[in-house]
Amino acid sequence: MVQPVLEWQAGRVTAIRPETRQTKSFSFALPKWMAHRPGQHYDVRLTAPDGYQTQRSYSIASPPERLGEIELTVERIPDGEVSPYLHDVLMPGDQLELRGPIGGYFVWEVSLGGPLLLVGGGSGVVPLMAMLRHRAAQHSTLPARILYSSRSAEDVIYRDELDGMAAADPTFEPFYTFTRQPPAGWTGYRRRIDATMLAEVMRPFDRRARVYVCGPTLLVEAVANALVQMELPIEQIRTERFGPTGA
Amino acid sequence: MAGLISRGFLGRRRPAEVENRLPPGQYLVTDFPVLSAGPTPHTPLDRWSFTIEGLVQSPVTWSWEEFQKLPTQTYTIDISCVTKWTKLDTKWLAVSVDTLLQAVQVDPAGRYVMAYSDGGYTTNLPLDEMVNGQAFVAYQFDDKPLEPVHGGPARLVVPHLYFWKSAKWIRGLRVVERNQPGFWESLGYHIHGDPWKEERYSGD
Repeated sequence: MVQPVLEWQAGRVTAIRPETRQTKSFSFALPKWMAHRPGQHYDVRLTAPDGYQTQRSYSIASPPERLGEIELTVERIPDGEVSPYLHDVLMPGDQLELRGPIGGYFVWEVSLGGPLLLVGGGSGVVPLMAMLRHRAAQHSTLPARILYSSRSAEDVIYRDELDGMAAADPTFEPFYTFTRQPPAGWTGYRRRIDATMLAEVMRPFDRRARVYVCGPTLLVEAVANALVQMELPIEQIRTERFGPTGA
Repeated sequence: MAGLISRGFLGRRRPAEVENRLPPGQYLVTDFPVLSAGPTPHTPLDRWSFTIEGLVQSPVTWSWEEFQKLPTQTYTIDISCVTKWTKLDTKWLAVSVDTLLQAVQVDPAGRYVMAYSDGGYTTNLPLDEMVNGQAFVAYQFDDKPLEPVHGGPARLVVPHLYFWKSAKWIRGLRVVERNQPGFWESLGYHIHGDPWKEERYSGD
């Protein structure tokens, strides 16, 4: 496979949208935009006046069908170095150095087929959302489900959009679980994702499911181990760690 | 590389003695992040083995029990992951690749190594960067058995390259003539991976 050389480019902030208390989505217009594969990420580089630089990686939330721009959804890590800058300082019209798209394994596109089971925890939902937005933009009817674990109702990123997708598309269904504070009157799952929950959500897909798991290490390990126990072929299980390590 | 000045960004500075140990673009962590492309393998020790094969006079395979009897060294080294984190002074108990290679006679044509692991992971390395104390196969971290999420029962560690070269769940080294890309190297990551040259991605 021939890989393009990835150059740094100055993206211009076109929009900043709060998603939850801890997360915002940032849209960037890129002069050298290229189509990404859903699940890929971009590197971000900050430079201080004296030349000091630091970098982080953030997953792309937007689908490749959105031309010329990418959207990154970023969780604000209180003691972080880069995410507080993005949340508290960056404004529309500012420029930010970016390079990507990066990563060629944790990717899904319609041509890979389904059924598709996405399992996310916290901000680990971001690359999964790129896959779902791509699927919707392609009007794909490949069966898809997402099992999404959040601490509380206020922490669910993209809730309205996920529910809207489901309302418009009988082949897609979201499942939520809350580990601390479910919404009032909630009758769904209210615990960490476990083997029983996975089996219930995956039942119609059986062992044909292509599964993408993204979230904190404990969630990813628990889910991937449970899937192996359920005898899902390991080549159908792709994982990505996502979480607040110094971000 | 010069960059666009980020308005209002000062950065988190570390003492110079720490800053000097961070390769370009890296930041310091004190925890130990876990990154994997798929499920963590859990190979029972009685079914584990380690093999050196390929361009060698006669291949050799050690069982877990035999591997434990090989001479070990402790290493305290800094590790840098291509996802930008660097962890300083990590402590490993390991068998040097020099020790392992003494058990075989490498064919002069063998110039590269493909490390391979449970779960199908592979990564390519130049043989001359595996010898003279530059690489080891570790089975203890911080005086405890290496946990499966960090690559246990045993992982390769090549401290001077990005950490994806330090193959988790390693099961063997195949000595080869040509430098062929491994798993991540086939997916856009750099064929060599020196953090001090910032060889992150193909073409860097």
